[in-house]
Amino acid sequence: MSPKTLDRRGFLARGAAIAGATLLGGCDGDLSAQPWVRRILDKAEILTRVAQRALVPASALAREYSEADISADFKANGTTNPDDEDYNALAANGFTDWKLKIDGLVGKPMELSLAELRAMPARTQITRHDCVEGWSSIGKWTGVPLKALLEQAELKPSARYIVFYCADDLGETGGDDGKYYESVGLEDAFHPQTILAYDMNGAALPIPHGAPLRLRVERQLGYKMAKYVMRIEAVDEIAPIRGGMGGFWEDRGYEWYAGI
Amino acid sequence: MEPQTDVSNHKQEVVHRHSGAVRVTHWVNVVCLLVLLMSGLQIFNAHPALYLGSKSTFADPVMAMQPMRHGEEIFGITKIFGWHIDTTGVFGLAITPDGGYEVRGFPWSVTLPGHRDLSMGRRWHFFFAWLFVINGFIYLIYSLASGHISRDLAPSGPELRHIGASIWEHLRLRFPQGEEAKRYNVLQKLAYLIVAFLLLPLMLATGLAMSPGMDAGYPFLLDIFGGRQSARTIHFIAASGIVLFVVVHLVMVLISGVWNNLRSMITGRYVVKVPEAQS
Repeated sequence: MSPKTLDRRGFLARGAAIAGATLLGGCDGDLSAQPWVRRILDKAEILTRVAQRALVPASALAREYSEADISADFKANGTTNPDDEDYNALAANGFTDWKLKIDGLVGKPMELSLAELRAMPARTQITRHDCVEGWSSIGKWTGVPLKALLEQAELKPSARYIVFYCADDLGETGGDDGKYYESVGLEDAFHPQTILAYDMNGAALPIPHGAPLRLRVERQLGYKMAKYVMRIEAVDEIAPIRGGMGGFWEDRGYEWYAGI
Repeated sequence: MEPQTDVSNHKQEVVHRHSGAVRVTHWVNVVCLLVLLMSGLQIFNAHPALYLGSKSTFADPVMAMQPMRHGEEIFGITKIFGWHIDTTGVFGLAITPDGGYEVRGFPWSVTLPGHRDLSMGRRWHFFFAWLFVINGFIYLIYSLASGHISRDLAPSGPELRHIGASIWEHLRLRFPQGEEAKRYNVLQKLAYLIVAFLLLPLMLATGLAMSPGMDAGYPFLLDIFGGRQSARTIHFIAASGIVLFVVVHLVMVLISGVWNNLRSMITGRYVVKVPEAQS
């Protein structure tokens, strides 16, 4: 064996050891904790959003299922009872005192009661709810198309995002910072299947699933579908809001575009 | 006859075994598959159970890794088709880096990141999924344009007819020598074809079938796999198939001349011993 081949072997072995250590370091969270790694990996989210927007027509509908497909064991994730003083008071009254506030970049800010929402034209859809964790459940949702509300409130042309503020303090900070919130772009806001649901499986939306009102954005993952919605705000930028990433989970590292 | 025992009558011939495109896409794929597997297990751990059909039937998974209490003691149980297997320390209840136990599907040592972090697992997974897809397309275009598939990968009729003999030779760990060693043998061809043109595209398709966005635009993704939860289960099974392939592939690389094989996939050069008379 010539020294040269030995050197090459030594080089290869050392290279493999370094590569292994780097990867194991990553497993240990070292690489994952590096801001530059996160910044590079984040680029994929942009690519995914642009690609899906290009490949999926804006009007494409999520599959709708039959009554027979409805899950008997629809899982409730995140907050299952906001247990907040103001919320409990509203719930005790069957949400008769609850009002949905719509403001921000709209010509006509509004406050709508549950009865007023129920009086509006409704849409019912049986759809699949895909959790970011990997499971799926199928439910029947009845509610007001978000499009109808935005048109009624006269959404201004400068609006680019619709933000949903919720009653539940999932972050348990005691203040507004920990409260759940979400946002969608106009393409999803005006999608025919994007509704604010007040009924689930033919009955009033139960508290674990977001009573009195939850968002349905059927072409994205479950965490986009804010529960316990109290206020809708039209904005041109999401960066100034709370963590700046456009939602409770987005502020904690999840993608704003949750189409995959 | 054992060609390698009689060195005096043979000379070493260096052949150009792998093209640049194959070498580069191979190593990019190695990195992609490793990151995709480990980050995929991180994502799986967020809900370590598999189902068939459109929705999750939580009480009746086809496979699940979960903790189970028996009196004072807690076990890690892996359920498959109604069977309960005690996998304490590995699946369901896994050993932590400091020697304790924690409730999780796959242990920290095989997930990326090691600690529980679904959002980071997803970032790794989707970034490397893109790299994997781009790399795969480059390989596909190269393979079609250069004739790599028909020249190097497609098995011939005679090869297929003698597959039994080839399996028997492999089981005895006797590998082709001389001229024969310049080409892939029939088992290699079939294994590479199945992985490159069946398992890897299946990973992509089942991955896309799990996307609610893609499902809206391309509902056939749901139909061909029998629903989103079936697609997720097939994604897991196909990934297991790739892991199995990699294990066999690595064993073969190790026992059929590890340095020669490695060099050929890095520099392209592969040493074949050929009888003097024939060269």
